[in-house]
Amino acid sequence: MGTVKTSNRNTARYCVVFLAFFVLFAVAVIWNIRSGSVSISVKEIIDILFFGNTENTVAYNVIWKIRLPRLLLASLLGGALSLSGFLIQTFFRNPIAGPFVLGISSGAKMFLAIVTILMNGIFSRMPLSITVISSFVGSLLSLLLVLLFTGRVKNMSMLLVIGIMISYICSAVTDLLINFANESDIVNLTHWSLGSFSAASWQDVRMSAYIIVPALIVVFLMSKPMSAYALGEEYSRSLGLNIKLFRVILILLTGVMSSCVVAFAGPISFVGIAVPHICRMLLKTSKPILMIPASFFCGAFFCVICDLAARTLFSPTELSISTVTSVIGAPIVIWLMISRRRNEF
Amino acid sequence: MNSDNNMNDKLRIDSLTVGYNGKPLISGIDIAVKRGEIVTLIGPNGSGKSTILKSITRHLATIAGTVYIDGKDMKLMTGKELSVQMSVVLTERVRPDLTTCRDLVSAGRYPYTGGLGLLSAHDREVVEKSLERVNALEIADKYVTEISDGQRQRVLLARAICQEPEIIVLDEPTSFLDIKHKIELLEILSNMAKKEKIAVVMSLHEIDLAERISDKIVCVKGDRISAYGPPEEIFSDRNIADLYGLENGYFNALLGCIELYRQTGGEQYFVIGGNGTGIPFYRALRKKGIPFTAGILQGNDLDVSVARPLAQKLICTEPFCSVTGELMEEAKKAVDDSVAVIDCGCPAGEYNKANAELIEYARSSGKKIYGSIGEIPEVDI
Repeated sequence: MGTVKTSNRNTARYCVVFLAFFVLFAVAVIWNIRSGSVSISVKEIIDILFFGNTENTVAYNVIWKIRLPRLLLASLLGGALSLSGFLIQTFFRNPIAGPFVLGISSGAKMFLAIVTILMNGIFSRMPLSITVISSFVGSLLSLLLVLLFTGRVKNMSMLLVIGIMISYICSAVTDLLINFANESDIVNLTHWSLGSFSAASWQDVRMSAYIIVPALIVVFLMSKPMSAYALGEEYSRSLGLNIKLFRVILILLTGVMSSCVVAFAGPISFVGIAVPHICRMLLKTSKPILMIPASFFCGAFFCVICDLAARTLFSPTELSISTVTSVIGAPIVIWLMISRRRNEF
Repeated sequence: MNSDNNMNDKLRIDSLTVGYNGKPLISGIDIAVKRGEIVTLIGPNGSGKSTILKSITRHLATIAGTVYIDGKDMKLMTGKELSVQMSVVLTERVRPDLTTCRDLVSAGRYPYTGGLGLLSAHDREVVEKSLERVNALEIADKYVTEISDGQRQRVLLARAICQEPEIIVLDEPTSFLDIKHKIELLEILSNMAKKEKIAVVMSLHEIDLAERISDKIVCVKGDRISAYGPPEEIFSDRNIADLYGLENGYFNALLGCIELYRQTGGEQYFVIGGNGTGIPFYRALRKKGIPFTAGILQGNDLDVSVARPLAQKLICTEPFCSVTGELMEEAKKAVDDSVAVIDCGCPAGEYNKANAELIEYARSSGKKIYGSIGEIPEVDI
């Protein structure tokens, strides 16, 4: 009897949380589309989006060419970032691991700096594809470096320290390169490293969707082995899980998604740590099958809201997205560390 | 080899060599486990019990030899095939975040669920039954991080049961458990083995419990299996003392109890016991560091088995015989040599009337006579 009650209560909780995500996300989307330097009413938005009968007005152009791609990119990348945070926390069985804590963004920045300086003579302005590819390669390289240590270090906190050290080394190398570069050569790099969804184009949305949507599907299909993996290496192996293969796939997915984010929007702090944690707290479970969609939706919502704040709070000056996510995310991480003290990790 | 016999073995370990990183640690391991049998590995810390168990569960690569399940080489089985045959309870720390005990137990259904790992009605039923089995229903909705180590151990056993295996391998399942839960856990295992014909292989630290629950005992001593067989063959005082290198203690194989080593030298007491009354006095004197002579006991008295390892000198008759004059003389001499005599208050009967005479003798020769542990003075050692 008690069991049935509890399981009903849990199911109710899950439904409420997902419904809330959906409603909040819808509100955030509408709010995001209508606010900005040009205000557009809800009625107009609906007209433009679904009936298309106000073509070539200012509002039409603002929505279709600027706000909608930016909104979609923010949702996609926000979701991917939060999900890759969840994956890396699963991988290390540590709730304060995050893609950028482990040096992924600094690796990307360093590699991008190297490529920018090397390619300086060839392009007057770096093409997007090269920025994307080089930050992708850079983040994967630093992730691999961290993984190299994983085999040797059993203690997860130590691994986090190693990740942070790696990111310091990468930052130092980047700073060194910047010192010797011309101001004009590294404009691209400086702009990138602030992190922003501005100037998002439909091409960006398409490219990132091609990467993120398949990754999301694969991640969802992996929720079963992920739940077994949470039991620890020996138990999960005794359940028939191929640990090595699982780890490789998990880390590749994390790398692909987080570096996709880094490539298109630059480093965005704290989303990867804070959002999965918020989801865990709301759902009161760490079951992957629930956490995966929750992390993705909540991450998308979080980034859309933060992006809205970034572009409207001090308009016309636009903040970098990390400024906003850090202000919200860092306190959450501190709270998380303090509240988890008892469970020693 | 007798193939008929081998067919009956659920799990057969054939001249196995185990070790880490290709370095052999223990070789020549031969163990056979039938369905419904409990086989227990005993041996000192670090002797390689876990290494053997990990090799059986395929967590460690074996170096030589073969492990057969139903006559099939385990190496050739897929992870899934093995997981429906064998489940494990290990010493690995399991503390997944925000996971209830029920969730943890449900993980045992892994080999049976579909692609997304959703539980069917049948799966849920098995989960509940497994929880009930280990009396963990009342903690089922608690998080794994909130329960005690002992409770966690029970939940882990439920998880192993939930996997519906034919073999369960447990690495020191009783550590962290208090005596009540130790007995409870072993009872559950024993029932599962007997009723459901599950083969159980485990390592235990409690040799007394191992003796009582196991069908076969494997003594693991560092580099080899020093003995293997049914407990009644394995459990001799000598064997156990050898296995654990006991120098400062004594394991009574018959009673399955442990005594710390005897005190010798210095002024001694004479303890007149019998019918179990002497045991608390023997142990109290050992604790106080006072050597003693135990007498005059019937050879078949319960006191003898404790007096033998603890007393400096034991004066006892042959079983079921009366005290001879010679023995009486010896006892009187020992009383003369003692600083005090303890009368444990054993009721007098036909066979021990000599003890009443001995107490009278001690009193007449002016010895101090104590009748309770509290009266025994502390001595400086």
